[in-house]
Amino acid sequence: MTKRFGPVVAVDDVSLAIAEGEFFALLGPSGCGKTTLLRMLAGFETPTKGRILIDGEDYTRTPPNRRPVNMVFQSYAVFPHMTVSENIAYGLKMDGVRAAERRERVAEALALVQLEGLGDRRPDQLSGGQRQRVALARALVKRPRVVLLDEPLSALDAKLREELRFELSRLQDRVGITFVMVTHDQDEALALATRCAVMHKGSLVQVATPADLYEFPSSRLVADFIGSVNLFEGRVRVDESDHAIIDLPEAGITAWLDHGTGASETVQIWLAIRPEKMELHKRENGAAPPVMEGTPEGYNVMPGTIADIAYLGSESVYEVRLETGKMVRVIRPNLTRWDQEDFTWDEPVWLGWHAEAAAVLLQ
Amino acid sequence: MEKRVDWRQAPGPFAALLGPPLGWFLLFFAAPLAVVLAYSFGTNVGVADIAISGTFANYARALEPVYLAIFLKSFAIAGAATFVCLLLGFPVALAIAFAQPRVRTLLLVLVMLPFWTNLLIRTYALMTVLRDEGLVNGALGALGLPPLPLLYTNGAVILGLVYVHLPFTVLPIYASLDRLDRSLIEASLDLGASHLATVFRVVLPLARPGILAGLLLTFIPALGSYLTPDLMGGPDSQMIANVIERQFKRANDWPFGAALAFLLMYLTFLALAAQGLFRGRRAEP
Repeated sequence: MTKRFGPVVAVDDVSLAIAEGEFFALLGPSGCGKTTLLRMLAGFETPTKGRILIDGEDYTRTPPNRRPVNMVFQSYAVFPHMTVSENIAYGLKMDGVRAAERRERVAEALALVQLEGLGDRRPDQLSGGQRQRVALARALVKRPRVVLLDEPLSALDAKLREELRFELSRLQDRVGITFVMVTHDQDEALALATRCAVMHKGSLVQVATPADLYEFPSSRLVADFIGSVNLFEGRVRVDESDHAIIDLPEAGITAWLDHGTGASETVQIWLAIRPEKMELHKRENGAAPPVMEGTPEGYNVMPGTIADIAYLGSESVYEVRLETGKMVRVIRPNLTRWDQEDFTWDEPVWLGWHAEAAAVLLQ
Repeated sequence: MEKRVDWRQAPGPFAALLGPPLGWFLLFFAAPLAVVLAYSFGTNVGVADIAISGTFANYARALEPVYLAIFLKSFAIAGAATFVCLLLGFPVALAIAFAQPRVRTLLLVLVMLPFWTNLLIRTYALMTVLRDEGLVNGALGALGLPPLPLLYTNGAVILGLVYVHLPFTVLPIYASLDRLDRSLIEASLDLGASHLATVFRVVLPLARPGILAGLLLTFIPALGSYLTPDLMGGPDSQMIANVIERQFKRANDWPFGAALAFLLMYLTFLALAAQGLFRGRRAEP
C-alpha cells in the first residue's frame, strides 16, 4: 500500500502479510507511517495505491463501520457519557444484536478483561488501566477478525504498563484474534508481538520475530532502534565458510567471526555487538589478554578504560573508552549482592566478545 | 505551582481595580433596576408623578389573562425561533467544526458577518424581501403564482428572530463541537455505527452543554425582543416587550410597565434555572 498526503508520502509501497491469530507489531519512531498504516486498516484513511485483503476479501474501500476490524485508540476513546456496560454494548447495538444476547456478551467481555462489577461505573470513575480494559472489551466483544491497537500502553505509567503487557498477551492468546499493534516503544513490541515490522520513513525496514530483530538485525537502523548496540566500521579480510576475519580500525583490533559473511572485501561493513554480549575483564600490567570463547588467541579483545558507570539495580551499564577514543557500552547483570569483580571508574579493563556474539551488517 | 495571592493581602490594589467597574455597575445597572423595581410597586398620581405605595395591583394586573396570553405568545414565538435556530444551527456548527482549518475561519466570519450591520438595517432589508411587492412575491409573480402574505405575520416575526439570533446558536455549539475528541467519533464509526447514528448517539450528547448554552443565548434575547415583532409582526404578533414599551410611552403607565418588565425577568431566571437543572443532572454519575 501507498498513502500520500499531498506531497508527503506517509506510507511508501508497503506489503505485509499477517497470519491469523498473530500478535503483530508495527514499530518505528513517530512520523514513520505506522499510524497511517493502522488507520488504513481501520478504514479511516484510504490508501492512495494498494489493497487491503482480510481472508481474501477486499476491504480497501469499505468504510470503517462495515469492516470486521475494531480499534483500541491511543486515548482509548471511551464514551464519557455512557457507563462501562453501555460502552461495551455500543458496537453490538449498532450491529442489531438483541438485548438479551447483548447483556450476555457484555458480561462475558467484562469478565474477560477483569472488570466484573464495574459495568455501571462511568468512565470518569475509572483509572487509566481500567479505561484501557474497557476500550479492549469494547473491541473484543464484537468478535472482529482483527483488533487494531494504537500505542495501547503509552498512556499508562511504567509499573502498570509492565503488568498490562503480560495481561494483554495472555488475553490475545485466550481469544485467538489477530492483533495488530502500533508502537514506538521497542520494549512493548518485543514483549508483546509474535512478529514485528520495523518502519522507517514510510517503508518497512525489517519484518521478523522479536528475537530475530534483536539478534539478527538486517541493518544499522534496526540494530540501533531496537535496544542499544555497539557498532564498529570494518572490512572483511578473510571470508571462509566456517569463519571470517574482519579488521576494525575504529577499535584498533581484528575480529573473529564463527561464520562466513558473504561480504565482498571491497565494501565497508559494520559489526554490531549488543552491550550485554560484551565481556569485561580486569587488565593488569604485563598480564596477557584473555582469550574469548570460540576465537583463536588475540582476536575480539581490546584494551580500554572505564569512563562511566550507571548502576541500575538489576544491572550496571559501563561506558568504556577504547585506546582509539571510541566509546563502547557494556551491560553486566548484578548476579550477586556483592559483586566479586567490582569495576570502578578509570579502571583499565579488557573488553571482548565471543566468536558468535557479533552480527555483520551490510547497510 | 504559583502561589495565589489572597485579595486580603493587597486590599489597596484590589479596591483600586474593583472599584470603578463596581461603581459603574451600581450606578448604571443596579440603581435603575432598583428604581424600576420600586415603580412596579407604585401608583400613578397625576401625569408625571408616581407614588411608591407598595401595592401589588400592577402585578395582579400583569397576571390578567390578556397579558398572560401575550407572555405565552412571547414564549411560543421565542421558543419556535429557538427551535428553528437549533435545527439550522446544529448542522452549520457541525459543518464548521469539521471543515478544513482555512475554510473554517471563513465560515466563522460568514456566521458573524451580520453583526457588522445595524440590526435596524438588517430588519428593513429582510422586510423588502418579504413584503407584498418584495423579492419573494416578485419571484412568485414571475412564475405566475399568486402573491403570499409573508410580512406582518407571526411567521415573519419568527423568521426575523431566527435571522437575528442564529449566530448566538451556532457559536456555542461550534465551540463545544470543536473541543470534542475526534477519536470518540472514530470509535463510534469503528464500532459499526453509521454517520447518522454517530451524530445522535455520540456527537449530540457530548455537545449538550454547548447546545444548552446556544439555546439559552437564543431564547432569552428572543423572548425580550422588541424591534423584530414591532417592524415585522402583524397586529396579532406583538410580544411582551412591545407591550412594555407601550406602557412606558403611549400609555404612560410606568408602574404597570415596570411590573411587566420584572415579570419578564423572573421568567428569564426560570429559563436559566431550568438549564442549570438540565446541566446538573448530567454531571451526576
